[in-house]
Amino acid sequence: MRRLTVVAAGVVACALAGCSSSGSSGSGSPTTAPASASSSPSASALSGSITVFAASSLTGSFTKLGTQFEAAHPGVKVTFSFGASSTLATQIIAGAPADVFASASTKNMQQIVTAGDASSPSDFAKNVMEVAVPPSNPAKITSVTDLAKSSVKVALCQPLVPCGVTAAKVFASAKITVKPVTLEPDVKSVLAKVELGDVDAGVVYVTDVLAAGSKVKGVVIPATVDASTTYPIAAVSKSSNAATAQAFVAYVLSPTGQSVLTAAGFEQP
Amino acid sequence: MITLSRSSGLTARERARRAARGGASRSVPAPLLAPALVAVAFLVLPLAGLIIRAPWGRLGSVLSGSDATQALQLSLWTASVATMISLIIGVPLAWLLARGSFPGQRLLRALVTLPLVLPPVVGGVALLLAFGRTGFLGRYLDSWFGLTIPFTPVAVVMAETFVAMPFLIITVEGALRSADQGFEEAAATLGATRMTVFRRVTVPLIAPSLGAGAVLCWARALGEFGATITFAGSFPGRTETMPIAVYYALENDPDAAIALSLVLLLVSVVVLVSLRDRWLRGGSAP
Repeated sequence: MRRLTVVAAGVVACALAGCSSSGSSGSGSPTTAPASASSSPSASALSGSITVFAASSLTGSFTKLGTQFEAAHPGVKVTFSFGASSTLATQIIAGAPADVFASASTKNMQQIVTAGDASSPSDFAKNVMEVAVPPSNPAKITSVTDLAKSSVKVALCQPLVPCGVTAAKVFASAKITVKPVTLEPDVKSVLAKVELGDVDAGVVYVTDVLAAGSKVKGVVIPATVDASTTYPIAAVSKSSNAATAQAFVAYVLSPTGQSVLTAAGFEQP
Repeated sequence: MITLSRSSGLTARERARRAARGGASRSVPAPLLAPALVAVAFLVLPLAGLIIRAPWGRLGSVLSGSDATQALQLSLWTASVATMISLIIGVPLAWLLARGSFPGQRLLRALVTLPLVLPPVVGGVALLLAFGRTGFLGRYLDSWFGLTIPFTPVAVVMAETFVAMPFLIITVEGALRSADQGFEEAAATLGATRMTVFRRVTVPLIAPSLGAGAVLCWARALGEFGATITFAGSFPGRTETMPIAVYYALENDPDAAIALSLVLLLVSVVVLVSLRDRWLRGGSAP
């Protein structure tokens, strides 16, 4: 029974990916209309609700993708749980009711694959780091090496969280030692501390600086020292709605999904 | 009411027999017993889970690790300082609320007990907006004195005091209200000043409740998480308290999280035992 469902899901996923790719070669907005029209028998098979566990840094783009996915498949409800990938992976392994996991690092995805909760994840995006400073830039930070000054209050992610891991790689290649004042649970908390002006700088993803608009200013990290993290996505094997879960994964990987991610500042994997 | 009318329908002999046995009140009605047992299981089983999964063999090495020791030390001293502050400023406030008579007293009581029901993380956000570097008070601390409170142990103590002090205030206020004011009046009649009365009569009179309130306050401060992580952030040895260490350890090293949890469980049991003792004495004092 389960095998059958998975096969069916695969068919649906392929149909969807194919359809939306043909759709997106045309104009932008009616992309989803031909998709649902041409594959109406399989699309109508999608129903119910799914819960997507996604990395904090995907908050903006995945919320948008979820709305679009719901519009393309009436009757489908997508709920999100955003948090640190490491936290989400722990929760999924402990049996949290996730249908899809989108991680900000291959390491955390590997954890749930090893635990048997997912198989064959696909990379769907890449992200690089940037220094976020309050708009007034109180510590006058002009480059990443300024973060090594002891007078500069820096917020980073916990060393277990992907944004913390990637920031550590940046510091290693820039050959600097940064003593943060706080290690935050996820990247959005780092950004919030910068927005509130309680720290002089935070190391976050390029996409976070873009999403924050005028509330923070970005200080670009030169490509020679910058580090990137790859985002894999997979349907969770214990999902009670595997067809819809697979379809959502396919939607994220489809050109429509990719264009939303690119607009948010993500790079192709 | 129901049991009364039912027992009145019994024969006199049966009634006498039940009375001799201790009356109908001793037997537990089945419809109450089953849910009560579910409640017991619900409250006790998770703790059993903690003990069953505990890495007894590694306990020593996990707890002597520098991170755990640092977190425990930080938690113990910040909770103690928060309790001291609560005693110094909270007890006078409790006296004011219990014995004072001024306009807006009820509003004041509602305001100071608000943190009791407020989600702690909201308290953390509020503290950050007041005392943060761009907060309406923190701004001046920063520009006039160069002081920034967030992300320091001072912020941990403030977050803990904010959340825990109301526990002390309401406990002491309750004791002050129920304490026999005759002793205080007698002392005043004998010529003692109001401050002497407070020091020599009132405080000894409410001592058991004062102790209970302080222990309750300390325990609440020790367990503080939401306000602390929001206002003070988290950095090992500086602002990472035990509950925050448990939270992060669960992702990294579940065994360490369980070991740290066991320590907090042990502390809680000690607190409970000491509280029960004080409450018993408190009940027999007046």
